[in-house]
Amino acid sequence: MIDDWILRVEQLSKHFGPTCPDCRRLTGPDTGRSQCPRCGTVWACVEANLQLNAGEVLGIVGESGSGKSTLLQMIYLALRPDSGHIWYRDNGGPPRDLTTLDRYEARLFRNTKLGIVYQRPELGLNMRFSVGGNVAEKLLLAEWRHFGRIRARTAELMVKTELPPERIDDEPPTFSGGMLQRVQIAKALASRPSLLLLDEITSGLDVSVQARVLDLLRRIQWEDRITMLLVSHDLGVVRQLARRTIVMKNGHIVEAGLTDQILEDPQHPYTQLLVSSAL
Amino acid sequence: MSHPLLEIRNLHKSFTLHLIDGREITPVRDVNLSVAAGEHLLIYGRSGMGKTSILKCIYRTYLPTSGQIWFDSHQFGRIDLSRAAESVILSLREREIGFCSQFLRVLPRVSALDTLCEPLYRQGMDRATAQEIGREWLQRLGISPALWQASPLTFSGGEQQRINLGRAFIARPRLLLLDEPTASLDEATKQVVIAMIRAAQAEGTAIISVSHDLAGLGAHATRQWTFA
Repeated sequence: MIDDWILRVEQLSKHFGPTCPDCRRLTGPDTGRSQCPRCGTVWACVEANLQLNAGEVLGIVGESGSGKSTLLQMIYLALRPDSGHIWYRDNGGPPRDLTTLDRYEARLFRNTKLGIVYQRPELGLNMRFSVGGNVAEKLLLAEWRHFGRIRARTAELMVKTELPPERIDDEPPTFSGGMLQRVQIAKALASRPSLLLLDEITSGLDVSVQARVLDLLRRIQWEDRITMLLVSHDLGVVRQLARRTIVMKNGHIVEAGLTDQILEDPQHPYTQLLVSSAL
Repeated sequence: MSHPLLEIRNLHKSFTLHLIDGREITPVRDVNLSVAAGEHLLIYGRSGMGKTSILKCIYRTYLPTSGQIWFDSHQFGRIDLSRAAESVILSLREREIGFCSQFLRVLPRVSALDTLCEPLYRQGMDRATAQEIGREWLQRLGISPALWQASPLTFSGGEQQRINLGRAFIARPRLLLLDEPTASLDEATKQVVIAMIRAAQAEGTAIISVSHDLAGLGAHATRQWTFA
């Protein structure tokens, strides 16, 4: 159980811009900048390391622009890293480096092994497809071909995510904000992925709706033991779901630890500021 | 005395307050103590001296600054909790080390029964079996069945404390860390808690409690240690 990792990120980096010899010295948490003042390069994620064990929820916290979403997008294979490795393994099998997959392999992997839920539903859903169409899209890309099974799986997922199954043919714009997040969760879970990536999924929702979405995720995590990577700027959200947390600032991981330790005994000055700023 | 289950050597804990000029405070200096299976060590001392900090260092809610905390684990053998990997600590929290904090901090939308059973669910026990055990504990703790489906956050202070204690005991850990377990309890409930502690001791659980209740809880401890 202890060394039961499914994802291991090693020295993963991503920058946007031309780079210059002074970039690295002039950016990072000590300078409070991600963008090099000389050449304008943005160092979105610098030498990130993390490990996800099977069945756990890992939280990533940090302010806007700290690199959380860039890291998540690289793990989702939607953004190619400049350097580093993303090792993945199934049930203790041989590790595969996901950064070496070609476009076709990456798309298949994304649609079979990964699921993602975004803050903005229009990023995760095709707003012109029905709920059934959205789930079918993911399943077709995961190489499901039987229409009846796709439809049955969609209905099953709607029940699981507390959506009325009779609305299978309704389009996303007819759903409320909280329901749209649940439609996204249904789509993300469609192919029974090993890893669910959650990017600020409750930001912008009413408190009671937030609570319902978080309760749903907690229940799914209990029932399915699915591994989750939860990105949020809200320590309260992370506290509810994650038992380990990493803290990012200006593209760097500045602290990692047990969530209760991060909250009660934060070591890094930035983490102390973050904890003291929590409402 | 049998081989200690837990042995703390030269434990120091400092906090660097980066937001207040980087000043450093050190509540725990050079602490050495040990506790064996079946023993109950009560730590006594003035408020604010750092007693709770010792418990939190053992549970790793606080990162020890220096020193060692040796624990004789069933799963991992003799292991230094101050340096163990996070995944190891999480596994020990699930199976071997229980902690009851001074205040109950749980989700407001979860029933008392589920709150109490959570440590059993985490161990992978099926819901029906866990809830059967949970109902026995709720009865033993004197929580009225009318409240079992309500959130414990709506309970009185004493009832909350009982749920909090139940959560620490229910998974039958080998080491129990109890922070002021009898504070805010009436005399009758205090006796129930003392009986629970004695029963756990009889099963071989080692207990470290932090308490001001020398006359009540202290009278039943194997040893008392004054932290000054």
